[in-house]
Amino acid sequence: MQPNVIYRHSVVTRVLHWLNAVCVLVVLMSGLQIFNAHPRLYWGEYGANTDTAFIQIGSQHAPGEKAFAPWATLPSWQDLADGRRWHFFFAWVLVFNSALYLLVSCANGHVRRDLLPGRAELSPRRLMRELWDHLRLKFSSGETARHYNTLQKLAYLAVIFLLAPMMLITGLTMSPGIDAAAPWLLDLLGGRQSARTLHFLTAMLIVLFIIVHLAMVLLAGPLNELRSMITGRFVVPPDSSK
Amino acid sequence: MTSRILTRRQMLLRGSAALGGLLLAGCDRLTNAPSFRRMLESAEALTYRSQRLLLGSGALAREFRESDLSPVFRSNGTSFPDTDLYLRLLDNRFADWRLAVGGLVAKPLSWSLAALRAMPSRTQITRHDCVEGWSAIGKWTGVPLSAVLRLSQVMPQARYVVFYCADSFGSDAGTYYESVDLLDAFHPQTLLAYELNGKPLPVQNGAPLRLRVERQLGYKHAKYIVGIDVVAGLGNIRGGKGGFWEDQGYEWYAGI
Repeated sequence: MQPNVIYRHSVVTRVLHWLNAVCVLVVLMSGLQIFNAHPRLYWGEYGANTDTAFIQIGSQHAPGEKAFAPWATLPSWQDLADGRRWHFFFAWVLVFNSALYLLVSCANGHVRRDLLPGRAELSPRRLMRELWDHLRLKFSSGETARHYNTLQKLAYLAVIFLLAPMMLITGLTMSPGIDAAAPWLLDLLGGRQSARTLHFLTAMLIVLFIIVHLAMVLLAGPLNELRSMITGRFVVPPDSSK
Repeated sequence: MTSRILTRRQMLLRGSAALGGLLLAGCDRLTNAPSFRRMLESAEALTYRSQRLLLGSGALAREFRESDLSPVFRSNGTSFPDTDLYLRLLDNRFADWRLAVGGLVAKPLSWSLAALRAMPSRTQITRHDCVEGWSAIGKWTGVPLSAVLRLSQVMPQARYVVFYCADSFGSDAGTYYESVDLLDAFHPQTLLAYELNGKPLPVQNGAPLRLRVERQLGYKHAKYIVGIDVVAGLGNIRGGKGGFWEDQGYEWYAGI
């Protein structure tokens, strides 16, 4: 039997995906570098060493001991200035990349056709079945494997329309310049230190997404999944239920 | 069978670790490559231009109420300048302290603390955001920088205002200095502050006079100011980047 090969990802989706992957990795690691400069998080407008922290990572009493290890930060040595340079340059690239992705994906139907779940897909019964399939590591095959499954769609939508905008807003409101231009944006988040805390927590949710995303790629067939994101071609696994 | 799976898993792990190590080493090398640094630094101009577009000249930093004040206003950087100059000034409670305003001005002036205190003042409760990530809210009283500059009559070719300080932070890097553009220099909330929370500025927060430039990060708010120079460019001053931290690689525009 000839393998059933479909063209799964448009060239725009593929190029922007990989550019996005590079940018996200850089802003994450340079973000941890910036975090290391003051590894304490607070709620509200203000927060410094004598104020009560919501989270503190690493010891304040062991100088030189940093919250995040060198392998997780960019640059690997402690350098807030360089970390900020990496962070802001790639944040700008990420903004342009994301804006282009949204424009193209809305225009070419990627969002509507591939990402938005249909009414039937959102039934509790269907969701429970998909969840059970995921937990058993049973992946879709045949006709259903031509499309993203519902949990996958919801995960992508959450990252694109909830987590990414949250990163942008919490990032912008840490800027004293932006806070003067749009103080209402900071009010939405409950203050500057709240914005910083939410920026960190949302970034951790994105890390969680990346871990699950990579695990799914490895479990579902890394070569086929990787090829579909590089060449666009995806081999639909033959229907296992028949 | 088990051993083969383990071997494969170990290979995968070791392979990823090696690849990760290579990537990290590559990024570290890029950080130090001049052309790559220039590329990274180009983001600053984009940030500066887009924020100036958004902010215009007038947008004010949020001002808070007394009840919002931080219980303790943290000190950072130098907390006690031990230069000979500063120790002498401190010895007689800044009676001999003078602020020299010069450079591209029609009337260079020398201010005593009493003369500055006699000028119309402004009090504002604002949030101080450090580049490290922490924030503190304090109440500042001082003379708007614009008033002092107007009395000295800034010349048309002027572009920046440079602040020279009495403290040397670090061993051989020279004394602290900072600079802002004229837009921030003439902003209504930009103060030469001599009081914090209703009391004379403590030594650890910059006595007798520090800058407040509320729409930028903490390192722009020069402490222990002794001189102000109005200039056309920053390239020939010290490291050429417009400030002590700027010469160490930090952004000159610290609105982000």
